[in-house]
Amino acid sequence: MEKDRSRKYWNPYFGGVMLGLVLLAANFVAGRGLGSSGAVKSAVVAAVESIAPAHADASPVYKEFSESHQGHPMKSWLVFEMVGVLVGAFLSGAWAGRLKFRVEHSPKITSRRRLIFAGLGGIFFGLGSQLGRGCTSGAALSGMAVLSLGGFITMIFIFGTAFALAYFFRKLWI
Amino acid sequence: MGPLSFYEIISENTNLLLAFVIGIGFGFVLENSGFSTSRKLAGMFYGYDTTVLKVFFTAAITAMLGMILFGLFGWLDLSVVYVNPTFIWSAIAGGIIMGAGFIMGGFCPGTSFCGAAIGKLDAMVFIGGLFIGVLIFTEGYPLFEKLYLSGNIGAPYIYDTLGMSRGAFALMLIIIALAAFWGAEWAEKKFPRDEY
Repeated sequence: MEKDRSRKYWNPYFGGVMLGLVLLAANFVAGRGLGSSGAVKSAVVAAVESIAPAHADASPVYKEFSESHQGHPMKSWLVFEMVGVLVGAFLSGAWAGRLKFRVEHSPKITSRRRLIFAGLGGIFFGLGSQLGRGCTSGAALSGMAVLSLGGFITMIFIFGTAFALAYFFRKLWI
Repeated sequence: MGPLSFYEIISENTNLLLAFVIGIGFGFVLENSGFSTSRKLAGMFYGYDTTVLKVFFTAAITAMLGMILFGLFGWLDLSVVYVNPTFIWSAIAGGIIMGAGFIMGGFCPGTSFCGAAIGKLDAMVFIGGLFIGVLIFTEGYPLFEKLYLSGNIGAPYIYDTLGMSRGAFALMLIIIALAAFWGAEWAEKKFPRDEY
């Protein structure tokens, strides 16, 4: 009985309040919201700089990023935060008994198909997050909390597009 | 008085340590709300599971209200808190591309890290895709530059753009959220799915 209870997800409204408090804490501590794609960008910049330093030096994107992150590109707030996310999610999954290596997909599609679309989705999300100057966390959620116009625009277009395209991808999910 | 790092109440290294601690909270809350499963996240777009809307909207309102109250109490200097700059066309294009990625991949970046942390292989592949997507942008920057810098209108607050006061907008957003929650509960009853 006890075990069954711990496996259930939190009530979404309670989860939302908790997430809001985490976001509030981020703003109180660091003067900025949460983010995810920024950490991926740090890693990409760090990788390109170490693999092809001359190439990175010649490109304005990498140079600009390095200049705005004094020291190493990985020594950024979002990188430390995302390492924490991995730990926090792992702890939550361990506590609730959800740790398991698997490909999660609708019974109507194969694992292979799921993985192909997961990869494609990641590519789109990675590219889009650069144009959007942040993803669902950094641009949409954190932007909405500080009432940034851009945050609302990005949020509306992320969810609006996903709804608009849902019909065409329904076989992946339902 | 916050932000703690801005007023140098904490050192830069303490700030990074707290980023790690805040990240743990972020990951724990997302995972425990069910955001490590793509089928739950995608449920949002078919009406069978609207957890995303409930969690996301509740979080935005909670943080927004907290910030407003902290500002009023003098605990947080809202004038130095980072406000995302608005480049309208870039934000719209980015949002559309991300929305397409969301419905194909079933994750967003933050949730994919949560999924990967508990062993979801599809989430790990999604993260691989993220790296490729960001690399396409950084390597192809000359192609994207014009779009990336278009529609720059600084970092306006939405309530200024709409000609409202901060408080009036906040109240309106809360009312919209309550209406959305009502709609979400309705949708889950109308498009039920027991097992997924």
